[in-house]
Amino acid sequence: MQLTLWTYEGPPHVGAMRIATAMDRVHYVLHAPQGDTYADLLFTMIERRDQRPPVTYTTFQARDLGGDTAELFKTAAKEAFDRFQPEALMVGASCTAELIQDDPGGLAAALQLPVPVVPLELPAYQKKENWGAAETFYQMVRRCAASHMPAGDWQRPARDPGRQPRCNLLGPSALGFRHRDDVTEITRLLDALGIDVHVVAPLGARPVDLARLGEADFNVVLYPEIAKTAADWLARTFKQPATTVVPIGVGATEDFIREVAEIAEIDPTTALASHQSRLPWYSRSVDSTYLTGKRVFIFGDATHAIAAARIAKDELGFEVVGLGTYSREFARDVRAVAKELGLEPLITDEYLEVERAVADAAPELVLGTQMERHIAKRLGIPSAVISAPIHVQDFPARYAPQMGFEGANVIFDTWVHPLMMGLEEHLLGMFREDFEFHDGAAPSHLSHGGASEPISVEVPLEPSSNADVMPLWAEDAERELKKIPFFVRGKARRNTEAFATERGLTAITLETLYDAKAYYSR
Amino acid sequence: MTAQAAFAQSNKGCSDAPVLKERGQREVFCGLTGIVWLHRKIQDAFFLVVGSRTCAHLIQSAAGVMIFAEPRFATAIMEERDLAGLADANDELDRIVGQLLERRPDIKLLFLVGSCPSEVIKLDLSRSAERLSARHSPAVRVLNYSGSGIETTFTQGEDACLASLVPELALESADSDKSLLVVGALADVVEDQFRRLFDSLGIGPVAFLPPRRSSELPSVGPHTRYLLAQPFLGDTARALEERGAKRLNAPFPLGAEGTTAWLRAAADAWGIDGDRFEAVVEAPRTRARKALEPHRFRLANKRIFFFPDSQLEIPLARFVSSELGMNPLEVGTPYLHREHLGSELAQLRSDIVLSEGQDVEKQLDRCRTSSPDLVVCGLGLANPLEAEGIATKWSIELLFTPIQGYEQAGDLAELFARPLVRRTKLEV
Repeated sequence: MQLTLWTYEGPPHVGAMRIATAMDRVHYVLHAPQGDTYADLLFTMIERRDQRPPVTYTTFQARDLGGDTAELFKTAAKEAFDRFQPEALMVGASCTAELIQDDPGGLAAALQLPVPVVPLELPAYQKKENWGAAETFYQMVRRCAASHMPAGDWQRPARDPGRQPRCNLLGPSALGFRHRDDVTEITRLLDALGIDVHVVAPLGARPVDLARLGEADFNVVLYPEIAKTAADWLARTFKQPATTVVPIGVGATEDFIREVAEIAEIDPTTALASHQSRLPWYSRSVDSTYLTGKRVFIFGDATHAIAAARIAKDELGFEVVGLGTYSREFARDVRAVAKELGLEPLITDEYLEVERAVADAAPELVLGTQMERHIAKRLGIPSAVISAPIHVQDFPARYAPQMGFEGANVIFDTWVHPLMMGLEEHLLGMFREDFEFHDGAAPSHLSHGGASEPISVEVPLEPSSNADVMPLWAEDAERELKKIPFFVRGKARRNTEAFATERGLTAITLETLYDAKAYYSR
Repeated sequence: MTAQAAFAQSNKGCSDAPVLKERGQREVFCGLTGIVWLHRKIQDAFFLVVGSRTCAHLIQSAAGVMIFAEPRFATAIMEERDLAGLADANDELDRIVGQLLERRPDIKLLFLVGSCPSEVIKLDLSRSAERLSARHSPAVRVLNYSGSGIETTFTQGEDACLASLVPELALESADSDKSLLVVGALADVVEDQFRRLFDSLGIGPVAFLPPRRSSELPSVGPHTRYLLAQPFLGDTARALEERGAKRLNAPFPLGAEGTTAWLRAAADAWGIDGDRFEAVVEAPRTRARKALEPHRFRLANKRIFFFPDSQLEIPLARFVSSELGMNPLEVGTPYLHREHLGSELAQLRSDIVLSEGQDVEKQLDRCRTSSPDLVVCGLGLANPLEAEGIATKWSIELLFTPIQGYEQAGDLAELFARPLVRRTKLEV
């Protein structure tokens, strides 16, 4: 058992729902107890969808368990088919139904429906939401494209030079972080390169569209968490190369253009020369010097966390002080990036562990999910959301992609907005004891009504072997420490104590504090 | 003639009306959802769901992002290896409870909450609770109940939780006088208002279940008279009756008239005369009626359709029809408790469709056909119905908002009026 306060991912059948809901003309019959219908509200409330997810639940109760739950499933599947007339039917079980082993796949097959029936085996006690989405998308692609599969030794012929290259966009789904706008942005980008988008899937795709995937020259994998399994199969089966760069940030978008150009055998020079992002200039403008070396903690799904680390370091001049993900399936990629940054990666889906790590790292900005937004709020640290899991405010009415050059603009604004503006921060440094301008005050362009009063969280320190000889703080040193902005105060305290301990000092004086400051100065 | 008097003269309303019983897909929450408000109500209690990732995800989704502080609920998520053998699962549970209590020494009452998967694998949480209680006593009391969807619908989770508290209540002393127990979680502000009214009426001592702290559990016995503040407490009522307590038959304290009749039931049991009762309730009742007036003007004759959700549907239908002049078309409830709802049913028009259980697709068909002005439904249905042009009221708001009592009557009416008022304001 695992003690869990908040979860980053839902169960795998919610991942399957994200695929079913993203697609057109499919229906998902889910063997599940009463109550599992809660998942509908994720789509209707958080994403503000104007239709119910295309999901029928058997909602069995205790009294049904003594009877025939298999019959209940068959009735539900038959009625759902008759009512909704889908072009493909997905069937599966939620965690409880998995235990009663009714075999939804077999039961649905016995109904002899005139459309493809895709049985989903999503082990609820081992796997989670993103895996469920990836597996479901893969199974749907496989099943729908099966009739178009070429022989095993088939080789993709060279593209007719008279035809524009064409690709599929894979991965955007329901409940995705800005997927809707990313698709628009990347479609525009590809269009500027002279590349046609053949099929976008699963978002907006019908089963017949999945059958046509093999007709494209290559695949663009927008969200590896969801699309990589399917893209790997398409690469093996239809000999379609797939992109590996996720175009989030200016540098990554440029790399993406180069990668796409190479796959499509076109010249990227014009596209690279004419890009429109304001991020590079905004970042170089003098006002942004205050961003230099800002300590930033990053946590999210692997794709967004890795992209954020690169933007933070290379495009905004931040210092990345923490990097982690809840996507265990992609832990290796995050580890590699963390290593380059000289960081210990945080691979966990335990919220409390993330909270501890954030408090320990004493960052000045937290980039994370809605959960890290709450952690940051509790710690009184500015934050921005970069990844699912998400809430209603992550579906803005305006166009707000994360990908491509416009995505980089959006990211610049979103990350910089929660921070103090340049001169304001300097004034704060000068007039730290000003009654209106104290270090607990929010940036003046954010009216929190004083809500930013930081809540200190006691972080239990690792018991050190020499805890009993911890040096004592002299009164004036302690007073001086309080003048250091709260978001770095914890770090300053720990650094100073470590500095003193290493030198065998028993007391920390004003001198020690500034000696330590000079020692650790960056 | 007051609305009440008018009903008294009419027939038995919906008391004997046929009920449409449905057994299809039920678009409802399970009983785990009750944790969202129960953990705020009992301030030193912790709710540990023994379940799956789905359970954790459900509570988190139902609670939205209400992370005020580290929550006093969590899920012990069962994994593949826990399903292999039961002894293993018990050890795991002991370990997790130890970990939890070490982290939260402020917790005095721990509920182990059963879920669908724990019920299906027949994990005996009552034995776990006994074992853990013995281990952690006297610092922490460990109880258990089931909030599983296979056994409970939404508010039945509160019923199961309160029923699990009843055996813990001390026996009232043999020489004690009559006492009043108000049963069902109410907002603190509502509780305080009721307490003041009972004091003025000379009714007491008065206790509330659940209490705000586990150390304030009331005592119970043959001299206890109890009033249900919520309509979904069948098991709790049965458990209280077994302890000798007697239920005061009343409608539920919604609206000016509902609240009056509810207080009247207690006043009658205490032999309070009519003049004194009138003297105490007149001012707040007049205030409540006045607060309802503008909403009645907006809502009278509007057609309203209730999807089953919280079991509050029947008392709410009574309120909107008798106090606001609305016209209920269908009133769905997950479960119809005829005895507890007797005085509410008697006040409903006999041509209303009463439905119990659900087949959501068929009910949506009926709903569209009946073209209501307002639909009361769960969060999964609200936006899709709005997109079809049908105004909706989310039913969960009726549980998360203080709606009982005189001072909240206007607020309750406003909840129904707001979606319609909003439509008249918007010109986009």
